[in-house]
Amino acid sequence: MWNLFIIATLWDNPKVLRGAWKMENLYDKLWRQHLVHTESDESDSMSLLYIDRHLVHEVTSPQAFEGLKLAGRKPWRVDSILAVADHNVPTTDRSHGIADPTSRLQVDTLDENCDEFGITEFKMNDLRQGIVHVIGPEQGATLPGMTVVCGDSHTSTHGAFGCLAFGIGTSEVEHVLATQCLLMKKAKSMQILVDGELGYAITAKDIALAVIGRIGTAGGTGYAIEFAGSAIRALSMESRMTLCNMAIEAGARAGMIAVDQTTIDYIKGRPFAPRGEHWEKAITFWRTLKSDEDAVFDQVVTLDACQIKPQVTWGTSPEMVTTIDGRIPDPLQITDKAKRQDVEHALEYMGLMPNTPINEIFLDKVFIGSCTNSRIEDLRAAANVVKGRRIASTIKLAIVVPGSGLVKHQAEQEGIDKIFREAGFEWREPGCSMCLAMNDDRLAPGERCASTSNRNFEGRQGPGGRTHLVSPAMAAAAAVAGHFVDVREI
Amino acid sequence: MEKFHFCEGLVVPLDRANVDTDAIIPKQFLKSIKRSGFGQNLFDEWRYLDHGEPGMDVSQRKLNPDFILNQPCYKSAQVLLARANFGCGSSREHAPWALQDYGFRVIIAPSYADIFHNNCFKIGLLPIVLDARIIDQLFLEVEATGGYFLTINLAAQTVTTPSGDAFRFDIDPFRKQCLLNGLDEIGLTLQHKEKIRQFEQKRRIEQPWLFL
Ligand code: SF4
Repeated sequence: MWNLFIIATLWDNPKVLRGAWKMENLYDKLWRQHLVHTESDESDSMSLLYIDRHLVHEVTSPQAFEGLKLAGRKPWRVDSILAVADHNVPTTDRSHGIADPTSRLQVDTLDENCDEFGITEFKMNDLRQGIVHVIGPEQGATLPGMTVVCGDSHTSTHGAFGCLAFGIGTSEVEHVLATQCLLMKKAKSMQILVDGELGYAITAKDIALAVIGRIGTAGGTGYAIEFAGSAIRALSMESRMTLCNMAIEAGARAGMIAVDQTTIDYIKGRPFAPRGEHWEKAITFWRTLKSDEDAVFDQVVTLDACQIKPQVTWGTSPEMVTTIDGRIPDPLQITDKAKRQDVEHALEYMGLMPNTPINEIFLDKVFIGSCTNSRIEDLRAAANVVKGRRIASTIKLAIVVPGSGLVKHQAEQEGIDKIFREAGFEWREPGCSMCLAMNDDRLAPGERCASTSNRNFEGRQGPGGRTHLVSPAMAAAAAVAGHFVDVREI
Repeated sequence: MEKFHFCEGLVVPLDRANVDTDAIIPKQFLKSIKRSGFGQNLFDEWRYLDHGEPGMDVSQRKLNPDFILNQPCYKSAQVLLARANFGCGSSREHAPWALQDYGFRVIIAPSYADIFHNNCFKIGLLPIVLDARIIDQLFLEVEATGGYFLTINLAAQTVTTPSGDAFRFDIDPFRKQCLLNGLDEIGLTLQHKEKIRQFEQKRRIEQPWLFL
């Protein structure tokens, strides 16, 4: 059957035929397999790409549903959509609903739209509710070989499963709802090769920040990134998601990792995953989802895994990052005028003096959560550090916000919540929370936070708030010490 | 989508690289379920001295006199001159909505973040890429000249300065047609309805697990 399908596809499309002769990387394959129509034979021509999975949340969808209805249209394929409210939901007691009327209206609007069209939605008090990028994989709704889109830039997360996954704007959300397709041009391909063994307590978050430190936040612009190499192969699915999640912070819309046994083992038995005869067929196909040997990339970046140290951002962009044994840069040492101004500006906002050692930065708050680092493995890693310890008396608030109700439940089964609570952390309900502070969880002006999230932009965690991005273990260690410390030394 | 042919617009220079979407429109304003009204909160944290929340009467708020958009000579600017990697960060289309609602019709920068760049085209806001050296020159000219206008001709793909220098910019032909004619992309895609159905049918047979 497969052969027949391939022949049929080749027959239909001479461009595909030509493509099939040459070695393909993973991105080439995923692109070709979803190509419905292309305007011309040029490699950069506008193409129509089929979308398999559409994840929807409350912030970027209301205007899309409204547009759809105004045009008298209906969703093309309701069974491709999975919806959840995550950005606006409170992480404290939910039994009385959402207090803020504008947040409530947005969540209610999602509920109404989903009910109207019969879209599967995990409502706020459903145990399966959580951050959209945590629940997709958790449910098996993200499967290898899919195109996955969501009105959210961190959709790149799902590329960990050998998917082509990327964030879209609201007009495109409407376009996918109405047509099951997107109009786009093929990106260039970049391979990021990380070989060797990661050191003790070094995580995917450190790899991600090290990559961004190297190529910059615009380094991946116009590219789809594939992460490869022995260090990547050795990562768990949770870690792979962390890494692909941050691909957007390097400017790449999509990050991806080839399918292997780790991928397949993770998916098996999840609610939306194929079963029985379909399962066998599926895994045979999924195993083909990797770059051909000798496939070419437009750019290759290599990193030595054993050189990566714990990373801490010091500025207002994820590329403003250094290692735990580093110091705050000195603008006087920077010759490029624009760069120097950027750094000066960032240091002023962050309230930091040049040349300060990173481990002398004291914190007010600690946030463990977000679609980058709120999965069970993240919580275990952080709990491991705080076990039997107390957070420093100078820390005003330390919170753990699990990525989903199911993650929270599992953590409670393992007694992880108790470890955090005993150490002085607050244990919250799942959602985006202090990653972008659309609900009540936020920093006050001037407050400094060690955060496991993905963006340290000005005001991201609350107006005037100062964010340092780190791994869960580093955040936990900082909570205990009150300032940044090398997690490898405690 | 609004048609775009031509714009002769006052230019405001925003001399900062990596302007992110959180800066363009802070998240508290994302709670709106409407598409309009974001202009008054464009660059909210830079533009006002107090902290803005949805529903506040902006006429009562204190403007930050140092912020470039607040300087009287740039009032009613239609062209935003920006630096590299403009619009990085989130996928929020609220960022282009806010720029357009404020009155901008064109952005000129050496580079943009992908999703933002894409989102602009969807609503008829034209994001032009010019070489960094030309951008440097434009910054110098704008900052030296009061009331600096640029003329943007989409059909000819040119940006023309008051002294008559014309710079050509690239644009994808499909996007250009969509802008010139104000085309509805969904309508265009639906012209391929049959092809989409056939593709889907084949997929349903080959990978039935993708269909619930
Ligand atoms: S956790 Fe943060 S980055 Fe992730 S979807 Fe929510 S707001 Fe966006």
